[in-house]
Amino acid sequence: MKKTIIPIGPYHPLQEEPEFFMLTVEGETVVDVDVQIGYNHRGIEKLSELKSFDQSTFVIERICGICSTSHPFAYTRAVEDIEGVEVPMRAKYIRTIIAEGERIHSHLLWLGLAGHFLGYNTVYMWVWKLREEILDVMEIISGNRNNYAMFKPGGVRRDINPEDIPLIMKKLDKIVPTLKMLFKAVRDDPVIHARTKGIGVLTKEASINFGALGPTSRASGVARDVRKDTVYGAYHEMDWDMIVTNNGDVFDKVVVRILEMFESVKIIKYCLLHLPDGEIDLKIKNIPPGEGIGTHEAPRGETFHYVRSDGSNSPVRHKVRAPTFMNLPTYKATIKGEKIADASIILAAIDPCYCCTERMSIRDTKGERLFNGKELIRLSQIKTQTLKQKLGVKETSLEKLVQGKP
Amino acid sequence: MKRKQVLQDLTTRFKQDILDVFDKTKNRVYIEIRPEAIIPISGYIFKDLGARFNIASGVDTRECIEILYHFTIEEINLLISLRVKLDRAKPVIESLTPVGEAFNWIEREMHELLGIRFKGHPELKRLLLPDNWPKGVYPLRADYKEWDKTAIRDRGVK
Repeated sequence: MKKTIIPIGPYHPLQEEPEFFMLTVEGETVVDVDVQIGYNHRGIEKLSELKSFDQSTFVIERICGICSTSHPFAYTRAVEDIEGVEVPMRAKYIRTIIAEGERIHSHLLWLGLAGHFLGYNTVYMWVWKLREEILDVMEIISGNRNNYAMFKPGGVRRDINPEDIPLIMKKLDKIVPTLKMLFKAVRDDPVIHARTKGIGVLTKEASINFGALGPTSRASGVARDVRKDTVYGAYHEMDWDMIVTNNGDVFDKVVVRILEMFESVKIIKYCLLHLPDGEIDLKIKNIPPGEGIGTHEAPRGETFHYVRSDGSNSPVRHKVRAPTFMNLPTYKATIKGEKIADASIILAAIDPCYCCTERMSIRDTKGERLFNGKELIRLSQIKTQTLKQKLGVKETSLEKLVQGKP
Repeated sequence: MKRKQVLQDLTTRFKQDILDVFDKTKNRVYIEIRPEAIIPISGYIFKDLGARFNIASGVDTRECIEILYHFTIEEINLLISLRVKLDRAKPVIESLTPVGEAFNWIEREMHELLGIRFKGHPELKRLLLPDNWPKGVYPLRADYKEWDKTAIRDRGVK
């Protein structure tokens, strides 16, 4: 059968970020996919080597607008690991609150987009409206809807005002019923079932082989969560459940993310009610020579930071590993054999627009013939003409149409 | 298996290849190994011990090129960092991609940023740097100098 290559990206009006996907399709079925990244490479690892340890926190906070807490969390843990210091308990609680708030807003953002990719815009609108509530909570705590600038090596920069806690609690209580409604809607909706069940399955073996992280791996039955596996933050202080499902399809990934939000609400509430007194900052002066590793379970999976110090004011080497670095290659395992219409939700981060002809080129299998936009328009016009002839539609000029008006 | 058993098992199994073991904290350990033994040791940790491969981080220390392979064994909360030191003039090591798909992208990244050659990698092409980046210029090497200070918009897009 004739193979067709459909390139999506790198810059596409409906993609949030630049990335380039090349889908090889046979009819409706995707037989191969190639991913090219690097369009967003800003050399932050190198940049961080030129900044002081404190300044780096701000630089790496801007790695990702959605995970603007995850990277500082892992980085500050890495710097603290060099020294081997423990941050004060109150700082740990505040860090946990911020991190879980971020998880809720990130999962909601994803859920909204997922609804949008499925062509289910009601979900998209509902979820993004709900997201405002959690962004309000973040604004009350940090003064910002995003890029909270709360973290620093040794603690946090700002304290939580006890007077704000009742208002935050009220906002959180508002989220839960809507989340429940959403969960019910997703669980019982035949459209969502039809579009996501058994689609883009990532098996447990493949998940382990690719080193997939976070909800991507937990939906495939791999019970790995840094919050449970290592002791950090305030996560071990309370009871909460790690959400693991076994099917590995898109539906399970949706379910894992929705259920995780309930857990996050639970964690934030516990932290606010049991916020210990005391210092929020260790006031670290010097970073000794050595190596440190910090991890944090970001909304998308484990964030990994490796910092090496030679005793000077800035890191010698700062390695940043975002969860998507491990999760993105799994597309190779999930997308093959699926239909093009499902590719968008499997790739999830992109919204393909296959009719944007100026970004599309079609090759036949040997790659000899290449059609550009102009030729495609010509082909389309020829097709319309033949259709018109077949159906016997007569040409009506514009003047006639205007004259025909009453 | 407990942490002590795991480490003992590793040190007896790969006696000849392990050069140094350094306990950093109760959850962290550095093991320096001979570069030739990277496949059996990582393969054993990744496949048989069921560890998760976090990532590898390469660094140019001016004396040598150092790679740290980080593995986590969740059940006992232990992070093992395998340290390999490569010759700075000609850094070559066996690729781990045939062992697991998880190693694929990071090897491509280290290849372009530090100039390490991974023998046996199925597709050692560029991952992050632009297509017009000159050959043999590795931005994370210690002696790297900015090769082109003009911004992309001033260079003129061809």
